[in-house]
Amino acid sequence: MRARLGGLPTFVLLVGAAYCLFPVAWVVVAATKSTGELFSTTTLSVGTSLLANLGELGSYRDGVFWRWMANSALYAGLGALLSAALSGVTGYALAKYSFRGRALIFNGLLAGVLVPAVVLAIPQYLLLSKVGLTDTYLSVLVPGVISPYGIYLARVYAAASVPEDVVEAARTDGASELRILTSVALPMMVPGLVTVFLFQFVSIWNNFMLPYIMLGDDGKFPVTLGLYTMLKQGNTTPALYTLVVTGALVSVLPLIALFLTLQRYWRIDLLSGAVKA
Amino acid sequence: MTGRGGTAPKLAPYAFVAPAVVLFVLVFALPIAYTVYLSLFRTEVKGLGLGRGSRSEVFVGLDNYVRALTDAELGAGAVRVVAYGAILVPTMLGLALVFALLLDEDRVRARGFSRIAIFLPYAIPVVIASLLWGFLYLPGTSPLNQLLDALSLPGVNLLSPAGIYFAVANIAVWGGVGYNMVVLYTALRSIPRDLYEAARIDGCTPWQVAVRIKIPLLAPALVLTSLFSIIATLQVFVEPTTLAPLTNSLSLTWTPLMKVYQDAFGRGDIYSAAATSVLIAAAMFALSFVLLRVTRSRAFGGER
Repeated sequence: MRARLGGLPTFVLLVGAAYCLFPVAWVVVAATKSTGELFSTTTLSVGTSLLANLGELGSYRDGVFWRWMANSALYAGLGALLSAALSGVTGYALAKYSFRGRALIFNGLLAGVLVPAVVLAIPQYLLLSKVGLTDTYLSVLVPGVISPYGIYLARVYAAASVPEDVVEAARTDGASELRILTSVALPMMVPGLVTVFLFQFVSIWNNFMLPYIMLGDDGKFPVTLGLYTMLKQGNTTPALYTLVVTGALVSVLPLIALFLTLQRYWRIDLLSGAVKA
Repeated sequence: MTGRGGTAPKLAPYAFVAPAVVLFVLVFALPIAYTVYLSLFRTEVKGLGLGRGSRSEVFVGLDNYVRALTDAELGAGAVRVVAYGAILVPTMLGLALVFALLLDEDRVRARGFSRIAIFLPYAIPVVIASLLWGFLYLPGTSPLNQLLDALSLPGVNLLSPAGIYFAVANIAVWGGVGYNMVVLYTALRSIPRDLYEAARIDGCTPWQVAVRIKIPLLAPALVLTSLFSIIATLQVFVEPTTLAPLTNSLSLTWTPLMKVYQDAFGRGDIYSAAATSVLIAAAMFALSFVLLRVTRSRAFGGER
């Protein structure tokens, strides 16, 4: 039994890894092909036009692609940073204080997870259009700051990583609640908050629905939406497919880099604090 | 315990949660309330519908709901999503569980590599993933068909009306299996190792340890991952929307949420869209509530 164990399970895992890496490998190879090669050569044979494709992508409509990338970085970077901070403060308060309305606030936030993005984005759009704020950076940035899922995770982390007696000791020493939060609790929660930041970064970078509904001016598009509009035009201009594929590759590189460099923060503990609380 | 009686801790938590509550009200509560409000109205057109004042909002009670519930296309969309979910959820969670259990076995090799590789698709935007798979499905660029062709077998078209369920489900499995694997693996790592040692000394095989000890202890995490997966399934929108330009098998109202979008922005009928939205949200709440109720006593072993 022991002897057989090494082989088959390792094989199964490697098959899973191959399945997950295959489309990524495909896009790397496909990005090297010219439009003609994309539809004529065998899938995994490398083409000759990577640099030409990148150059064409960069000059497509005066470099709008790089503008989309910069927009995505702004929406995801700033949004996730603010979201991690907000989740940290809120999660700590929900985990470490008992106060009237705590259960109501927590359950209300959790219920927010259940509301589909489309269902939310349509009335958000209608309400913002009444005050003339649609098609602005803020209309995409602000909704990304509040993340019920991030607050839930932060609460789990606060419950698990901030010991009660440390908070009590600081209190006995006369530290204010704000000071306890900023110099005792939040520093202890940093690893968890990095995880929240990563999740929110990926989720904003990947968000398609909200910008799709909010934005009309393609100078404000994030890269996902920009590539989608290019794909739609590809129906009539197949030459765009090459650019879409190359753009897809470029657009996932920052995420893959973030993923590999911060991989030890990808621990998703949905339960440890929640069950005890 | 000195702080409990003091005044500071009484006000502090409210100050700390205030920003989140304000944002939640603006971003979630207000739009939801507005949707419920809209769902009770309809635009009435007087005369030819030209000129100011010829269109007005009139209260129609539950009319929009009755129309939504009797809408054949919406019903068909709901059936399609259930069929899609029946393919997706068991496949994705089954694979995630197998991968997590294998990662937890000490004697398995290439664990670090496999974990990262399987989780990697999570970092890829759904739009990009759908686009990549879309190219892989297209008969012209599909490597599967090139392989079948080389073996002189007939090609398959995953973009056909029946194949499309698998095509869309595959994108979601690919994107979601790693996330669920990591959740389950994190839960597995928090189980005290000596439990397995005891079982091993009693002569249990790794298979028996997995089935009799690990899986029962994973129950709470499995319940949560199932719940999140089912919720995500019912919200499917981006995958079929992105694939739609590549195939005729995907109508613009393939799922209920696509119909909501079409109603709101395609036909400009925000009132019907609002009623359908409320129905979908209500269905999600009901489902989550029932699922948690049914599984809670079992999953959490009466801890709550």
